[in-house]
Amino acid sequence: MSTTTKTWQAEVYELLRKHEVEIFGYVPDAGHKYLINTSIADPEVHAVSLTTEEEGIGLCTGAHLGGKRAVLLMQSSGVGNTINLLSLVKLGHFPFLTLVTMRGNFGEGNPWQFPMGQATQAVLEAMGVICLPAWTEEDVIPVVEAALTMSFKSGNAVAVLLTQRLLGAKEF
Amino acid sequence: MNRDFKFELDRSEVLPLLVGDAKEYLFIGGLGGTARDTTRLTDGGDNLFALGGAMGAAAMMGLGLALAQPKRKVLVITGDGELLMNLGALATISVLNPTNLSIICVDNGHYGETGYQTSHTGRGVDLEEIAKGAGIMNTATVQSKDQIENGAKVVRQDNGTSFVLLRVSTKESAPRKRNLDATACRIAFRNALL
Repeated sequence: MSTTTKTWQAEVYELLRKHEVEIFGYVPDAGHKYLINTSIADPEVHAVSLTTEEEGIGLCTGAHLGGKRAVLLMQSSGVGNTINLLSLVKLGHFPFLTLVTMRGNFGEGNPWQFPMGQATQAVLEAMGVICLPAWTEEDVIPVVEAALTMSFKSGNAVAVLLTQRLLGAKEF
Repeated sequence: MNRDFKFELDRSEVLPLLVGDAKEYLFIGGLGGTARDTTRLTDGGDNLFALGGAMGAAAMMGLGLALAQPKRKVLVITGDGELLMNLGALATISVLNPTNLSIICVDNGHYGETGYQTSHTGRGVDLEEIAKGAGIMNTATVQSKDQIENGAKVVRQDNGTSFVLLRVSTKESAPRKRNLDATACRIAFRNALL
């Protein structure tokens, strides 16, 4: 099957699965809709609905202790909820991968999204998380592939930032 | 609030009775008192990862570990203060209901690490009721010696996640030296398990 007929979201899911990601922690998010719904429907993975993003840090680190790969799907506004728990990732040098759909950046029309959206990369980096933004559809697969290598092979904490230029800004 | 809460039991005496053979389990310990409890229970073994910070993570680390290791029994031992901080984790865990996960909450009604301020459970909040309300079906409270046997049974049952609330006095667990190097503990835990 030609990959050109697939959406980038479908390619991201296949890539995560190819790299043996088996646990998908998520909070509800329109930008992650495809990954969330596909992981829920996939009997070979655990899709874990979280009440807050910080639960995802415990989930991903616990999975690593048990020898499995997990990913945390969240929105930039939820990044703020994870900051202290990233102490565990940083101090323990846990491999950690998160895909973050951005708000409060390219073309955002809701002013409430700017404070956390503009701070997202800075606070992640302050806690030792490497940030890789994806600005276009062509960026997404190479960026996610790089993030998978940098996290699970090299043992880093890595966030892929899926920008609003890529996702499209929600209209207000 | 007038509740029949008894904060009388000695955690160091009762926890070994609830847990039984510690070698059967993979442990996640919360920070503070429960890190000392679990270090004593496992004799500092590599089947324990205990927190020294990142307050609130223990229960969800237990879920991640239980999902990753479905053939092993996972036991989270956390305190009232830590669990109160992340009550949503009980809802998240209950929805998945892994049969190999048990949680013991050691509840002394106080925030011991910060100078024994009274916690919410010391003012009437019942964490077993909250666990039940979250949908965890196998629960028990142990606050007197005659409840220990049932508590141990609930910890061991394997038809769903279980939750045992252990009410104890503010008598601390005996000091026990522990490794605060989270990277060394992570690597040792994985090397022993994988």
